[in-house]
Amino acid sequence: MSDKDFKMQPPDPTRRKFLLTSGSGVAASLVAGYIPALARDAAGAVESAPTGEGPNIEGAVPITLKINGKAHSLRIDPRTTLLDCIRETVSLTGTKKGCDHGQCGACTVHVNGKRVLSCLNLALMHDGEEITTVEGLGTPDAMHPMQASFLACDAYQCGYCTSGQIMSAVALLKEPCGPDDASVKELMSGNICRCGAYANIVEAIQHVRKRA
Amino acid sequence: MQIFEFIRPSDQAAAIATAAQSKTAQQGADVRFMGGGTTLIDLMKLNVETPDRVLDINRLPLDKIEVTPDGLLKIGAIVRNSDLAYHPKVQKDYAVLSQAILNGASAQIRNMATVGGNLLQRTRCVYFRDTAMPCNKREPGSGCPAITGHNRTLAILGTSDHCIATNPSDMCVAMAALEATIHVQGPKGSRAIPFGDFHLLPGNTPHRETVLEPGDLITHVTLPPPIVGSKQLYLKLRDRASYEFALSSAAVVLTIASGSITRARIALGGVGTKPWRSPEAEAALTGKPANEATFRSTAEAALRNAKPQRENKFKIELAKRCLTYALRTAAAS
Repeated sequence: MSDKDFKMQPPDPTRRKFLLTSGSGVAASLVAGYIPALARDAAGAVESAPTGEGPNIEGAVPITLKINGKAHSLRIDPRTTLLDCIRETVSLTGTKKGCDHGQCGACTVHVNGKRVLSCLNLALMHDGEEITTVEGLGTPDAMHPMQASFLACDAYQCGYCTSGQIMSAVALLKEPCGPDDASVKELMSGNICRCGAYANIVEAIQHVRKRA
Repeated sequence: MQIFEFIRPSDQAAAIATAAQSKTAQQGADVRFMGGGTTLIDLMKLNVETPDRVLDINRLPLDKIEVTPDGLLKIGAIVRNSDLAYHPKVQKDYAVLSQAILNGASAQIRNMATVGGNLLQRTRCVYFRDTAMPCNKREPGSGCPAITGHNRTLAILGTSDHCIATNPSDMCVAMAALEATIHVQGPKGSRAIPFGDFHLLPGNTPHRETVLEPGDLITHVTLPPPIVGSKQLYLKLRDRASYEFALSSAAVVLTIASGSITRARIALGGVGTKPWRSPEAEAALTGKPANEATFRSTAEAALRNAKPQRENKFKIELAKRCLTYALRTAAAS
């Protein structure tokens, strides 16, 4: 497989950018009463609200979350899971909500370098800790080798579980894992793919491990 | 999820003092310690757990694994499952524990789940998890629809007319076989609880699952010094190959000399209302030759008192085969 196989141009405009731009009015009304939608420019970039600002929600508490190397000072409802905080408050929507009960792995992120399920974590538990989401791994122009390998190996169909699969796969590179496919399958068992792209997912991971 | 106050106690004493204000440490607790959150947050989303106050103990200094001067392995309450399972000392001397943990949950959940939390893992009984249904464990006196309902995954050992919920933990099964001790610090001081005394049978109080009282904080677990030359194995059988709760499991710790079993510690998972140490199995093994006849009669003894329901009769035979296979494999190792 040549290196050029690993390059892909994202469509322009992206689906995400199109939805954010065209649907911003709808989105704002849907999140009314929920935790801060925060300032968002047309391109989807996010600015964090300074501490003490944002909607005045009863019982909201201040927190600083370090996500992908950037500190976000937020006010959140204590019930907010790390997953909902990442997606709804900070608007990083690469992390997906699947089952929301720790049974599917779609919401996998890294906390202090280790993979965890963001749906079974309260955001408040991670004040000051280093959180990495799929957006922190790479960009379309400079993908993480695991992202590139998933593309090259066609390691997805619908794509909904993919960011969780990739976050797990990247963490697996540093975990005790035997060299064989069976070991990879065992350590990836917490990430369910209902399309059944498992064979290509294993291939994508093994491809990166053999290159390392 | 109901609103709660999130508190990060400055030290152990503050955590205990706040938790001591809870009306109970069992189902219905209004103050909860939070470790990994893998059980508690799940149940809070389902409104099965509705604490008013959540005490985050993740930054208390309870995260060490160390060997004590008298040779015990001391495991802090917030040690993560993955750190314990991959610890070289655990892999070498307490292999059954490492295997049990790595057979449970997923890599992500093992990175989150704590030892203390795993001791308090709640049942997966669907009636317990659904607040629209009666459940004696969740609402004492409301009834147990599982006994006449969907009970394929539920318990066959230690059940009562009020509850047949299975204890889902793998780690606890290994700790039962290793004769761990659970160390608790409470408002009245500290105490050490033998593993077998920690979990309670449902009886007519299924909402009481452990001996913990308000303010009791599990600080650490100790394992006895390694049994030199012991053969250890954890075998888990389930509906899929990984990331699934046990239908039946067995933790086996054997010492064999000249073909004869001199010491046996046996516990079963997936079949009991608590992590199921089997003195019947241990008695059937001790002093006997390590052969197929002994293993089969041991499995018969371990399941003799099993009481199945309509959908889980298969578990009796499954548990027998699970234990027989585990004994055979461990003895040959």
